[in-house]
Amino acid sequence: MTDHGELNLVGKSWTKIDSMSKVVGDTLYADDMHLPQMLYCKILRSTQPHARIKKVNLEPARNFPGVIAAISGEDVPMKFGILPVSQDEEALCVDRVRMVGDPIAAVAALDEATAEAALEEIIVEYEPLPTIMSIDEALSHDEVQIHEYADLGNIHKLVSLEFGSIEQGFAEADHIREDIFYYEGNTHLPMEQHAAVAQYSAEGRLTLWSSTQTPHYVHRALAKVLELPPSHIRVIAAPVGGGFGGKSDPFSHEVVACKLAMMTGRPAKITLTREEVFYTHRGRHPVLMWIKTGMKKDGSITGMHFRSFLDGGAYGSYGVASTYYTGALQTLTYPIANYKFEGARVFTNKPPCGPKRGHATPQPRFALEVQLDKFAEDLDLDPAELRLRHLVPAHSKTVNHLSVTTMGLGDCIQKVVDASGFSERRGKLPPGKGLGISGSSYLTGAGLPIYWNKMPHSGVQIKVDRGGAVTVFCGSTDIGQGSNSMLAAIVAEELGLSLDRVIVVTADTDLTPVDLGSYSSRVTLMTGKAAISATEPIRNMILSAAAEELDVSPGRLAMSENRVFSVDNPTHELSFEEAAQLAEATYGTLGAVGSYTPPRRGGRFKGAGVGPSPAYSYSACVAEVTCDLETGQFTVDKLWLAHDVGKAINPMLVIGQLEGSVYMGLGEATMEEQVFRRGLHKIPSMLDYKSPTIFETPEIESYLVETNDPEGPYGAKEAGQGPLLPVPPAVANAVYNATGVRVDELPISPEKVLKGLHDLARGKPGRVGPTEFPTIEYPEPVQVEPPEELVAE
Amino acid sequence: MKQPVTLNINGHIREVWTSIHKTLLEVLREDLGLTGTKHGCELGECGACTVLIDGNPILSCLVIPVELLGKEIITVEGIAPNGRPHELQTAFAELGAAQCGYCTPGMLISATALLMANPRPDDPAIREALAGNLCRCTGYSKIIEAVELAAERMSEVRNPS
Repeated sequence: MTDHGELNLVGKSWTKIDSMSKVVGDTLYADDMHLPQMLYCKILRSTQPHARIKKVNLEPARNFPGVIAAISGEDVPMKFGILPVSQDEEALCVDRVRMVGDPIAAVAALDEATAEAALEEIIVEYEPLPTIMSIDEALSHDEVQIHEYADLGNIHKLVSLEFGSIEQGFAEADHIREDIFYYEGNTHLPMEQHAAVAQYSAEGRLTLWSSTQTPHYVHRALAKVLELPPSHIRVIAAPVGGGFGGKSDPFSHEVVACKLAMMTGRPAKITLTREEVFYTHRGRHPVLMWIKTGMKKDGSITGMHFRSFLDGGAYGSYGVASTYYTGALQTLTYPIANYKFEGARVFTNKPPCGPKRGHATPQPRFALEVQLDKFAEDLDLDPAELRLRHLVPAHSKTVNHLSVTTMGLGDCIQKVVDASGFSERRGKLPPGKGLGISGSSYLTGAGLPIYWNKMPHSGVQIKVDRGGAVTVFCGSTDIGQGSNSMLAAIVAEELGLSLDRVIVVTADTDLTPVDLGSYSSRVTLMTGKAAISATEPIRNMILSAAAEELDVSPGRLAMSENRVFSVDNPTHELSFEEAAQLAEATYGTLGAVGSYTPPRRGGRFKGAGVGPSPAYSYSACVAEVTCDLETGQFTVDKLWLAHDVGKAINPMLVIGQLEGSVYMGLGEATMEEQVFRRGLHKIPSMLDYKSPTIFETPEIESYLVETNDPEGPYGAKEAGQGPLLPVPPAVANAVYNATGVRVDELPISPEKVLKGLHDLARGKPGRVGPTEFPTIEYPEPVQVEPPEELVAE
Repeated sequence: MKQPVTLNINGHIREVWTSIHKTLLEVLREDLGLTGTKHGCELGECGACTVLIDGNPILSCLVIPVELLGKEIITVEGIAPNGRPHELQTAFAELGAAQCGYCTPGMLISATALLMANPRPDDPAIREALAGNLCRCTGYSKIIEAVELAAERMSEVRNPS
């Protein structure tokens, strides 16, 4: 920072610190690593969706020339999983497989082709079990449980919460709607296939390099499964070639590589094939939703009752959190006076779902925002106006006890409305053309860690070199979003250094203090705050030593442009390294630590742990579409997106997150879906799993709204996930505006639009989507009084 | 079965003793240590493994080296042979067109081929040239901007005002 408190780097669009290495091909991703004596591992996967394993005979593989070791479930029987409440995964299935693609056995061989050939030799005998492939099947068949620890039958998790009185909410309404929506599951499809390299030293220390977003959680899982002291395990996140939430769990292939390295004493590498990445999954849950909302004539929401069924797949993963997330963030945008949420996640014999960008909140946001569009039509209100008139106030609490700090949704809506000409153009476009709008909100870091503890969520350590370089150590993990660059920039800003003076060491459990990882949009806020606090002692020591040398009081000194100088006489100065050496002479070796723990907020009820966050981001989107009314074919012509990021530490990188989120939301809205048939994933390849190419990605016009949140570093909130949320509902609302067809089921395909058009032509309602919602018995809801300081309109 | 194969890679003649069934992608990455070329599917679907063969962008996971005798192969490590980065590489870095960076080598190769054939491509021409390269991070906008910026800078060098 300069003497005037002006910022040198924060708020400016500098180049990422690791970009050049990436563009020249130097960056070493996990699969690029090669160690002497390295073995190659392959995993044999289940061909059955649900079966008992009667026998696994590894002998033929062990005898295969070039094979060094082969293992099966009994070699690594300890169960693991990302959440303490669902430790239900085995590195290699012991006595039961729960999906096609479940890992059964693994070999390590001199080369990959040998390992692959040896897998063919392994004999597995199965005893098939009934297969459950949908929410309906999971609810109607409880004679065989996929997991015995499920809450009820094949319902993994069942939750029921009521805030205020839903009955009273509906009694106060002028108009009530009930709608059913379905959001199909989809997957992250990172360009990099997961890879891991394990090494076991002669001293008995294990090192794992892996394409992971959460090295700290992998560290914990390895200690448990391998029954090694954590102090003997080092996990290093290699540069991640795309994550989007898909590399946030501890995975079986990581355990397998470690186990085989330990058994053989040789480094072991494993790289998943693209098909295996589809089985590893942890992607977007398919969610069936029922939403009943009561509204007054002016558009204020008196009550909302929201039910969700999540198709969880074969394992728990983050699913308990996902279940709560389908009901947690609805309240952040437009005040809801009374709110009830009932959610159920079921187990099915499919790849496990988990956290994909937006973690189980894009589905309810889709339902809520499309229903608002229907309300606007029912009440003859402009859909933008309806939203703008009823915004959650800044610095308030929602009915479900979430604390809102800054709130820029109004500005976001205004920006996209103005830029797109939404109000003037909507309704006056030629047939087949339409505009749709949506708002949304997302958290800036989960308020609670994944395992219960009172320790910081992010730690940063700083070391100053006599040559004037500053090294920053932090467990945070750059997955391409630029978190390493953000960390460097904040330290450079605070110590008045140029970016090239800061060396960043991250995501290495031996070297770096714990940071919980790249998930829940937490890194900029939490790591950023920890970094600022770590620079304070360094800054004080350097200023104090420089003050003595320059005979100026520390309060009249500034640090900028790699020097320390008097604000009254800027030529009266020391270089940063001179000042650092004086400080080292006075205080000894220069180092400092800083950490960040989120404020304890949220309610005090069971389930209150999911939803609280230090700050919430807000987004608004307008979509413009053109539909062929003969064929149902449609194109998304343009998307306008405004995002309240609090403060953009690097506007170019923030815009990059916006554009990437919008693109991913567009894919979910229009084409991406997981399809299964008879227990098989029908399309486990990049060719068959449709995602938008450069042809299908339209112009994206992005706007940043800065609300300077008091909780964030320099006022920053998140940008990596939130901007995805308003895109699917904006597209759905635009398709309706263009065609009169309501597609209440994602993805919106031309076939669905065409079906709606046919129905309309025959005088039927042009609605395509689910019409049935299963009834189950929910437990008595946890009754929660709304917070006293709830700001009502 | 292994046999010697002679390849012209990034301006150097390289003799490799390799299995004849191995793809060019595997030979580059595993036998020659040229790990700049990436793979996202090894089935010709993602474009991450694109290399230049006699100036044409080709998926290295779909060709075998014995087909390439006498042909000139350029990988991401070779598009800037004089040690200075290619204008495309600089533009991708500056504009944030490389987020995770995994599709980037393939994108750069396709864009290099485009600019060799068409020094000032418009938006549709850029989209056409990059349509076989998937990117999951950027939404493609910054990639298009970076190609435009590099083309502009390269044409300024050719035609100094």
